[in-house]
Amino acid sequence: MRILGILVCVATGAMLIWASGEFPPWGDPNSPASLHVSPRYIEKTMEETSVPNAVTSVLADYRGYDTMFETTVIFAAGVSCFMLLRLFSGRERSSHHYRHILTGLTLRVRRKGKQLPELEEFEPMDSLWTPYDLILRTLCRFLIPFIQLFALYVIAHGHHSPGGGFQGGVILGASMILLAISQDMRSALRRIRERTLAIFSVAGVAIYAGTGALCLILGSNFLDYAALSRIFPVDPVGARSLGIFLVEVGVGIAVMATMIVIYHNLASEGFLDEGL
Amino acid sequence: MDRILEVVIAKYNYWIYIVLMMIGLYGVIAKNNLVKKIVGMSIFQTAIILFFISMGMKKGATIPIIIHGQEASVMASDYINPLPHVLMLTAIVVAVSTLGVALALAVKIHKEFDTLEEDEILEKIRKS
Repeated sequence: MRILGILVCVATGAMLIWASGEFPPWGDPNSPASLHVSPRYIEKTMEETSVPNAVTSVLADYRGYDTMFETTVIFAAGVSCFMLLRLFSGRERSSHHYRHILTGLTLRVRRKGKQLPELEEFEPMDSLWTPYDLILRTLCRFLIPFIQLFALYVIAHGHHSPGGGFQGGVILGASMILLAISQDMRSALRRIRERTLAIFSVAGVAIYAGTGALCLILGSNFLDYAALSRIFPVDPVGARSLGIFLVEVGVGIAVMATMIVIYHNLASEGFLDEGL
Repeated sequence: MDRILEVVIAKYNYWIYIVLMMIGLYGVIAKNNLVKKIVGMSIFQTAIILFFISMGMKKGATIPIIIHGQEASVMASDYINPLPHVLMLTAIVVAVSTLGVALALAVKIHKEFDTLEEDEILEKIRKS
């Protein structure tokens, strides 16, 4: 099997390397990929959308349909992760661990069902518990707000610098995952609950599709943001910029919520109480 | 000698992606462990992403953000092609999501069969 695999890979690779002779040289300004639609995008982006970042305007305006369904794919991935792994009531872990805060004594409670409510002297703990590292926890506590601030900047400043909804959403999601890793999953879920995450991931897709539908209601094509100038006090070109911003916010929310849902379900095998 | 060097300089980026892609393909078809297959799939995706990004490169051009103050005279040859960047931007996030689904399936399979080795799983399916 291994020899056959190597043979197949070497043969395919040799054919591809042979075919690469027909490809344009690296960095060739006259390569076919750079000649047909992309010059129009670059030359018209300021005139038509007033967004200097051509990547953002192509992403959310010229190729808006594509991006909408990419967002839907991410949402669907989050839903399928949830459906595959999440365990509902009646299938909780068979035992839970508690730690007496004052003495450090550990208790194992064999009792099926939900975790006991938090008591004053006992705290619930992970079965693979490690002592808290003070430096790590404090550093993460300090870092997370700045990471989130940077993520919001990346989303909001995507018109003028590299950035946008996808990147900012992933950074926001990573900050919440960092919280879950540096502390524990329970405190991360206390900050942003599972139900909130579900609502967010739906809301992100709904904001995107809703912006498109709003253009439809205002009498132009789906995702043709110029129509937004009728309800917002901006000219049609500015309305395109505004529409791109609304869409990017939707993408950011959807991506953030989906990343956190995937992490929580994978790390805790669907129990959503402890993990990593 | 100079001609060979010229060809290498013009085409070596493609060769790097082809090598990466074949490493990924080998992982997917020849490895027995499901997680290793998933790693191979990720390497394959990375190769495609790098390939697309390099297609958008133009010599002497800058990132596709119109420089402030130069909006009146935009030359397409001054900015690299934004289209591959857009496609790969979404592809990266979608790749992460599909990776999540693949890992979720692997977790499910591990719960069911207590192993991630493909031949052992097939044996257990045949027995049952």
